[in-house]
Amino acid sequence: MTSELGAMKAVILRDLKSAVRQPSDLLNPLLFFVLVVMLFPLGVSPEVEFLRQAGGGILWVAALLSVLLSLDHLFRHDFDDGTLEQLVLQPQPLFLLVLAKTLAHWLLTGLPLVVLTPLLAVMVHLDGNSIRVLCLTLLIGTPVLSLIGSIGAALTLGLRSAGVLLSLMIIPLYIPVLIFGTGTVMAAADGTPVAGQLALMGACLVLALTLAPFASAAALRISLSNG
Amino acid sequence: MWQFFHKLGSPKWFYDIATRLMPWLFWIGVSLFMAGVVWGLAFAPPDYLQGNSYRIIFIHVPSAFLAQSVYIMMAVAAVVTLVWRMKLADVFIKSAAPVGAVLTFLALFTGAVWGKPTWGTWWIWDARLTSMLILLFLYFGAIALGNAISDEKSSARAVAVLVLVGVVNIPIIKYSVEWWNTLHQPATFKLTEKPSMPAEMWVPLLMAVLGLYLLFGWLACLRMQTEILIREGRTRWVKALVQTGGNA
Repeated sequence: MTSELGAMKAVILRDLKSAVRQPSDLLNPLLFFVLVVMLFPLGVSPEVEFLRQAGGGILWVAALLSVLLSLDHLFRHDFDDGTLEQLVLQPQPLFLLVLAKTLAHWLLTGLPLVVLTPLLAVMVHLDGNSIRVLCLTLLIGTPVLSLIGSIGAALTLGLRSAGVLLSLMIIPLYIPVLIFGTGTVMAAADGTPVAGQLALMGACLVLALTLAPFASAAALRISLSNG
Repeated sequence: MWQFFHKLGSPKWFYDIATRLMPWLFWIGVSLFMAGVVWGLAFAPPDYLQGNSYRIIFIHVPSAFLAQSVYIMMAVAAVVTLVWRMKLADVFIKSAAPVGAVLTFLALFTGAVWGKPTWGTWWIWDARLTSMLILLFLYFGAIALGNAISDEKSSARAVAVLVLVGVVNIPIIKYSVEWWNTLHQPATFKLTEKPSMPAEMWVPLLMAVLGLYLLFGWLACLRMQTEILIREGRTRWVKALVQTGGNA
């Protein structure tokens, strides 16, 4: 068991390190997140009442899109330089290593998004309680986005025009998380208790955590045998 | 049992069986479907509330039924592809996906046409409509992925993984959408509860559903045969078949 944990830790540390040395990959999804949120007041309506109502949804959609945008990087570099093949050859089960990579991806995109959220939430006039709940839903929801997305990223590895294909495949699978996430924020804004809905999101997270690494490991093997 | 299962893996065996099966599927399917539709459209009594506009269910319900079951069938075939690497299973997935997508579209379209006189609008973000729309995109995703990967084997297995992930998600999507709908949209419009139909209505409906299932079976056989011919073009039996003009 220790060797598995050690390998996972090594993978996570390696991904974090290489991300820090390529800070633009880390920053771009965040900038994209801010820009998408900015489009809504400009494009739809800057009125406080509208923004307060739609703010939770806007932030969730923006977060979803920027996670989607960053998914291409999840395996791409490792695929290009052959690291991925070495990972497949490791004695440790591949799904654990994939889980580690997905975790690193979340630490590099999902977590910064959550950290940035309160700032943007204030800009769309959400109240304090809504902001707290919104951050909580994103904290539970973004790992699910990373996990489901890892399947799509693994399946489209090495394909041309992978980006659009990835979105086409993954967005339908993101819908439940989006619904639960925005629904929880709406409920919080109405002042109803949100524990039940948070529990549902937690259930989504547990399900994704248990099943997604297996699917993406299988997908990775297929993509590698393809190249 | 196992011998039958192994035989299923042989494209030639399937080709012969399908050739023999297809006339039955087609003619029984067409007669059931046409009988159901003609009975439903022309002879069944009008609904006391919706008048004649309800008659679109004789097209709408069968296609919606099929749209969902085709995805389930594809998921079963996906398991077979991944576990037993059976060629026929992925031929089925590839042949069935576009048919499923068309049926889903048909269900949505007829639903919209029915919605206009009944609800007064072409589209509402109702739970069932939305989950069918998502199903349509699941089909599109599977088709697009299949087309994007040129290698036949990896394409088949990648699509199988995607279809399986999709089928795990279908119940979650269904319930989340229903839950979302009840939360946000308290009964501005409501799908009329399924009326306890008289026999003159549900018998033709059942016939149309069964007929469409058989027709799907026929179409799947036809498309699978074509796909098999394309893939097995280099084998001796396909060459012999082509030379005898398809009467082997």
